[in-house]
Amino acid sequence: MFNYTIRRSLLAVPTLLLISLIIFLLLDLAPSDPTANLPLTIPPEVREKIRQSLGLGDPIYIRYILWCKQFFINEPLNILEHIFGWQIGGDRLRVLSWQTRSPVVDLIVQRLPQTLWVVGLSYVLGIVIAVPIGVISAYRQYSWFDQIGTFISMVGFSVPTFFTGVLLIVIFSVWLGWFPSIYDTTHQVTDWSSFLVQVKQMIMPVSVLALFNAAQISRYMRASMLDNLNQDYVRTARAKGVRERIVVLVHVLRNSLIPVTTVIALGVPQVFGGAIITEQVFKVNGLGQLLIIAIQGGDVPVVQTLTFIFALLIVLFNLIADVLYGVLDPRIRYD
Amino acid sequence: MTEITPAPDTDLRPPRSQWLDVWDQFKTHRGALWGMGFFVVVLLAVTIGPYLWTIEAQFIDIRARNQGPSFAHPFGTDQLGRDTLSRVLAGGRVSLAVGITAMLLALGLGTLIGVIAGYFKKLDGPLMRFTDLFLALPLLPLLLVIIMLFRDTLRAAVGPETGIFILIVLIIGITSWMQTARIVRGDVLALKEREFVLASYSIGTPARRMILRHVLPNVLSPIMVSATLGIANAIITESALSFLGLGFPSDFPTWGRLLFDSTDYLQQYPERVLWPGLAISLTVLSVNYIGDGLRDALDPRIRGR
Repeated sequence: MFNYTIRRSLLAVPTLLLISLIIFLLLDLAPSDPTANLPLTIPPEVREKIRQSLGLGDPIYIRYILWCKQFFINEPLNILEHIFGWQIGGDRLRVLSWQTRSPVVDLIVQRLPQTLWVVGLSYVLGIVIAVPIGVISAYRQYSWFDQIGTFISMVGFSVPTFFTGVLLIVIFSVWLGWFPSIYDTTHQVTDWSSFLVQVKQMIMPVSVLALFNAAQISRYMRASMLDNLNQDYVRTARAKGVRERIVVLVHVLRNSLIPVTTVIALGVPQVFGGAIITEQVFKVNGLGQLLIIAIQGGDVPVVQTLTFIFALLIVLFNLIADVLYGVLDPRIRYD
Repeated sequence: MTEITPAPDTDLRPPRSQWLDVWDQFKTHRGALWGMGFFVVVLLAVTIGPYLWTIEAQFIDIRARNQGPSFAHPFGTDQLGRDTLSRVLAGGRVSLAVGITAMLLALGLGTLIGVIAGYFKKLDGPLMRFTDLFLALPLLPLLLVIIMLFRDTLRAAVGPETGIFILIVLIIGITSWMQTARIVRGDVLALKEREFVLASYSIGTPARRMILRHVLPNVLSPIMVSATLGIANAIITESALSFLGLGFPSDFPTWGRLLFDSTDYLQQYPERVLWPGLAISLTVLSVNYIGDGLRDALDPRIRGR
């Protein structure tokens, strides 16, 4: 198992390098000019100098290797220095945003808490809702609870988050006026009342994403429980007089959670991607909004780095899912 | 004179084809039937609807702007006085066209790669690594980037509307074939071990005919199920792109674009987001139900019961 993990991690490195190259080449095709938004009074030769200062004069492979060095070596060192207060070497080149001229990683660190709060909380909430619904739905298959549960999960799975989000805004902030429709990220939680304001503005984005996640996970949970409920070991447990509650909640639930855990792990990067839309609906200035602004402004370093971070998340959670599956299910140890 | 002796009673049942069985099973799934009915209604509405409801989707009647539902405009009008019903119908045409073409493209690519990877052992490794690579790409950010990059070039080459249509169909198709390819490959691998394939191989059937005659018809059921999921996925992706303002232009309505434009008037006319949103949601819901029903109907383990 340990060997397998090491081998998979090593295999992830060329994959990631290839992905970063693809993203880099794709962005390099961009006809967008970073100086296009500057005033027209700037003479062409100055404009050309600005382009040179952004590093656009170098051949493509030098720019790619430079980006790799900055992203894979310099930035991790910076983070280490920041955390432990060390001093490693002197000043290092950083990946700079063309729009703000500030390091991309700093921008991401600024935006990360908002995204993590909204996305993370909604994912956790989605799991907490989905597991009991899946268990009860499967245990009482074709009961009214199951019928309603599967219907709601089908609806939650089909209705796109940009419609549920807008619908919630119409109902709860336009008609009822209970919650604000715009997420205020400058809001500081200092006391009880400001905490309540924070909770109020988080309810809608979190519930939109939570509903979507819960719908997907509960479908898997139900299917996995149904698979396990008819197994021989369940009959054995019942036959030897184990109480029904323990059969379902200990024997069946634990075994059914194995595939669901991997589904949950695989879903994490997709949730980050899906949050781009939800952030746009509720005007949360998280990572998704940063990406949209950067794309619209032709800010290649930001787009490149963010897209690569999304890819990194996908590869990482694929790895976690595979390893978890082996750890949880002894029949699937890859030795 | 030879006379045909009547067969015993048990054999007199009319012959039933496999697809009749599938239909019988499909009919028992209530949600799937409703979904099918609704989807057909939507298809009819967007294809022949504009001939019946003859107000032009682009017709601007500035004196009738921002109206609520009335007999003249059942769904109301927008800020330029354009009729919402005809815009929803026209938008549905584009959305469904994008959904179906992108699905066909993804399905074609996925089936091709899946069959080749499953059938030819040498190509299996490289093609599946290629699929894994595509699965590891962050799709939504990349879609946004690609649209930004190529929108203007294509628009200049083939005109604004066709250009963006081709672009969106292409990128959705190219980024959503991976699941189909994986499922098809798995099924082809299993099929290759069956006796009829061995028999066919032993009489010297060439690979091309083997694939077309024996392999493809037998992997049709997973392909059909992923077709329904593909339509749903393509419709949602297209509306998401339009919703982020990176899809179709405003004068070329699609459901996602209509929803996006309506959100600007959320405070004043909140009911306006309802129609395009409902259209997207109900269509995707119905397609997903059809997929559910098809999966049950095509599964021989369930069909027998």
